[in-house]
Order: sequence, then structure tokens, then C-alpha cells
Amino acid sequence: MSAAEEVVTEAAAVEAVPKRAMTLGYGTSLVVLAALILTPLFVKNFIIFQMTMLLIYGLAVLALNILTGGSGQFSLGQSAFYAVGAYTSAILMEHAGMNYALTLPVAGLICFGFGFLFGQPALRLSGVYLALATFALATAMPQLLKLGYFEHWTGGVQGLVVTKPDAPFGLPMSQDMWLYYFTLAITIAIYIASVNLLRSRSGRAFMAIRDNEIAASAMGVDVALYKTLAFGVSAGITGVAGGLGAIAVQFVAPDGYTITLAISLFLGMVVGGVGWLPGSIVGSAFIIFVPNIAEGISKGLSGAVFGVLLFLVIFLVPHGARQVAIIAQQLIGKLKKN
Amino acid sequence: MTQAQVAQGHAPLLAVRDVSVVFGGIIALNGVSFDMRKGQILGLIGPNGAGKTTLFNCLSRLYQPSSGDILMEGVSILTRPPHRIAEIGIGRTFQNVALFPNLSVLDNVRVGAHARTSSDIVSDSLRLAWVRRGEAAMNEKVHEILGYLDLEDVAHTTVSGLPFGTQKRVELARALAADPKILLLDEPAGGLNHEEVYVLGDLIRKIRDDRHITVLLVEHHMGLVMSIADHVVALNFGRKLAEGTPAQVQADPDVIKAYLGSKDQ
Repeated sequence: MSAAEEVVTEAAAVEAVPKRAMTLGYGTSLVVLAALILTPLFVKNFIIFQMTMLLIYGLAVLALNILTGGSGQFSLGQSAFYAVGAYTSAILMEHAGMNYALTLPVAGLICFGFGFLFGQPALRLSGVYLALATFALATAMPQLLKLGYFEHWTGGVQGLVVTKPDAPFGLPMSQDMWLYYFTLAITIAIYIASVNLLRSRSGRAFMAIRDNEIAASAMGVDVALYKTLAFGVSAGITGVAGGLGAIAVQFVAPDGYTITLAISLFLGMVVGGVGWLPGSIVGSAFIIFVPNIAEGISKGLSGAVFGVLLFLVIFLVPHGARQVAIIAQQLIGKLKKN
Repeated sequence: MTQAQVAQGHAPLLAVRDVSVVFGGIIALNGVSFDMRKGQILGLIGPNGAGKTTLFNCLSRLYQPSSGDILMEGVSILTRPPHRIAEIGIGRTFQNVALFPNLSVLDNVRVGAHARTSSDIVSDSLRLAWVRRGEAAMNEKVHEILGYLDLEDVAHTTVSGLPFGTQKRVELARALAADPKILLLDEPAGGLNHEEVYVLGDLIRKIRDDRHITVLLVEHHMGLVMSIADHVVALNFGRKLAEGTPAQVQADPDVIKAYLGSKDQ
């Protein structure tokens, strides 16, 4: 319990949280949306590919944010859900010849079920113990995917190659650009649904459990049900992200989904601000671009440089991008007054 | 008056029947029985360790009695899990305030209405029309309660930053949002100063009169219990020591002995 509570109370320690604490205002949302829509028109294909990955990891961080920021449960096992989503899409596309877009809801549903079931034993655990249990899941997943028994479908150690889809209806755009807009549409839909969810009766039940389980139960909240639902929703979204990731990278292999991925996603959540959904994209940018920046500074010591950069972020803005957003808001407020 | 109405007038709203709770070898409650009638304010008193909180936790289903039964409108509540107590009309507050500290006052009270509303995650994510209608109806009720308890000004404030007395009112508002028939108040006067205790007493009486809610008051503060309770049950060492009007219980020699000790001890 203690670790979960620490993170949560710390996140709340930022005073003067605006009313729309979980989201952005309309103006800011439109600016971000415009940037996401227009940028690919002016950049090279490789950058577009990176932006696609930015959205995909953004979704995975968002999913973790719903689980940890919303319901107060820890997970270091998101890479396992991501892997299940990726393999579901890849297997359906390559073995069953299913349309790539149709594989995503299947991946989401399978991962929802997987997460919901995993949530059952996880009910007995909280805080660091839950983190360890999910860690075990993340460690086991790559080996399960390598098992000879499943090799016919999973391709074993070799993995599977996935065909990248062309733009439909003869649209004059590259495969990368089409996939980017496709991913963007899904990301926006999931983001809006997540915001709706957290603002609804179910979302309030999640947050009530996060803040005080006994009181939540006394108010009629079925704690076990909502905790497992949070796991299911989080795993489902992560599964869709995994499926999109498989399509974007055109390849799935067991070693692409190790504990490193789970830790990266966790890192992304902390950097973006625990419980602040728009921060997910900032956290995703951090885990994608900062390692590259670190490599640019020093090839041999890139890991150490990354560590220093991470340390600086945590030291200067412990509440992540959310804190930066609040400071910026206050500055703008002051400027307007003057 | 029909038979049923007559019966309702006489049957207790809540009946505690011979309830015992044993932890290991310690008997925390030993065959306690009493009735709560509709519209009553029942004060449950006793020195530290008398079993007040144990009984309270049996009522809110955190503890399972070793024997005995608790009946709400004639039906046992002991088969219900804790999260299905609110829906039969039993609301509660907590001893040291157990709000959801990171949520606004409004959201805290909205969670209170959880048992009286329904939804599922898919409809909630899509904000379907029936979900929006339900939320609108609930918000209307929540704002009525906030107005009733004078909390409208702080509706959007995060509760962790509010003064203790205000937090206690938020807790009351949260409990009222579930339309309880019985309100269980666990030491509501704890941490309040002299004047605040009197304001609280008036408020509890007002809630009972305006909203027809029966109140079980578990309290240390004798002044509060004696001034607002209609009926008092005194516990000591897990047993019922005395029961009656405040004046009767106050004059009971056993109660005096339990609180002050006797000469020959």
C-alpha cells in the first residue's frame, strides 16, 4: 500500500490543481491537435515513423496512467500486455489474413480479458508487492512467446514479419503517413474515451479506491470489481497500442517486449505526471527521444547521460509535465493580469 | 391504518440481536441486543474498549459477528458484503474522517451516490445518452445536498486542503448522497471544539427532522449524546450495561461506576 499511496499523495501535493485536473483546456487541445495533424506534411518519412511510435507509446503510457493514476494500482508488467496485443495482431494478419484494422479490436478485447484475469490474483496485493507480481509477468512473457509449443503461430525466437498496409482508396500518401493518421485517429478516440471514463461514475469509483478503499466500499463501490476492471481497461488499451506497434514496426519478436519496455512505460508515466492523461504523450516523447539525445551527447556513455537527464527531470519537476503545465498556466495568468 | 403500517410503526428499523464478537480469545462483544426505531437518534456510549467501534464495524459489515444477528427492516444484513450495505439504506461516517483526499468536494459527494446509480465502463467511456441523463439527475441531487450543508462555496476545492470541521460536513454530505434510512456516525464530535460540537448537534437533529433519517451516534462526548439522543445504550466490556432515556442512563449506578469507578474498588 505504502508505495502506491506515496506516489498518489505526492501527485496531489501540487497545489492549486485546476478544475480540469485530468485534462487540457479546449484551446490547448486544439493547438496540440493541429500540430499533430500538420507536422507530418512537412517532415521526412523517418520522422513520421517516429511520430507514429510517439503516439503508440503515448497510448501505452496513457493505459498505465489509468491504472496507476486512476485506480492507484502499480504495474511493471505492461510490456506483457503490449506483447499479447502485438502478437494477436501479427498472428491474425499473417496466419488468418485478417485486415490490419480489424485485428486491433480483437487485440484490445483479448488483452482486456487477460488483464481482467490477471487483476484477480493481483487483488490480494498492493503497492510494491503488486509491482513485483506484475514484474514477474513481464519477465515471463518473452520466454512464453519463445515456447516451442506455440512456435507454429508465434514464429518462436525468429518472430513474425508483418506487412505494412498501403493507404486505402488510392489516397496519395506514403505507407508511413497513412499509418500515422490511422494511429492518430485511434489515439484521439481512445484519449477521449479515457477522459470520459475517468470523469464518469466508473472513473470516480477508480479514484475513490485509490484514495481510500474502505470508504469507497462503504459508499457501495465494489472494490474488487473496479480494481480488476481498471486492470482490464489498462491492458486492453495497451493491447491496441501493441497491435499498432506491430504494424508500424512490421515485426514482432519475443525480445522486443522485455521488462525494459515495461520500465520505459513506467518512466514515461512518471515523467508525464502520474494521473495526468495529457502528460502521457510527453512521457512517451521522453522515452523515445531522450535516449537518442543522450547518444548524440556521448556515444560511449549514452546510458549514463540518459541517467543524468532523467535525474535532472525528477529533481527539477518531480510531478512531471503536469507540474510544468501548472507553472506555465500560472505564469500566463500573471502576464494577463499585468 | 392497515396492518402493515401498524406493524411498521412498531417493528424496529434496525435490530441488533444477541451479537457477540470474539477475536482470538478476547470477547469484544458479548450478547448485545437493542432496537432502533424509525426517526430515533440513538446514542451508543461506553468507556474506551467497551465495544462501541466493534459493534459499529459489525453494522458496516467490516466484522462478522461470531453469533447473533443484525436485522434491517426484518432482514439479516450479515449475508451482505460491505459494498452492498449502502444500497439497503445504511450510510456511515468515519471516526477520523475518511474522505477521498485528492478528489473535489463535489466528486466526494458524487461517489456517495454510487450505490444509487448504475453504469458500465463501455457506456461511461462513450458518454451515452442514458449515462448523461443519469449524471445530470445525480448532479442535481448532489448540489441540493451541498446547498443543504452549506458546502456550495467549496464544491470544486480538493478536500485535503479543507479545515477539519468542513471535512466532517463533506463526509455527512457524502453519506446523505446515498439516501440512507439510517446514518451511522462514528464519534462525529472527535477533534471539534466546544462550539463546533453544539453546531454539530443541531445539524444532526436537523438532518433527522428534515430528511427523516434515523441516526446511530457512537460518541465519547457525553454532552452531545445527552443533549440530542432520544435513546441511549451504554456498553462496558462488551456487554450492554444500561439502556433508556438519556436521564435514565445517566442516573444508572452501573453506568456511573463504569465511568467514574466505585468507592470500594
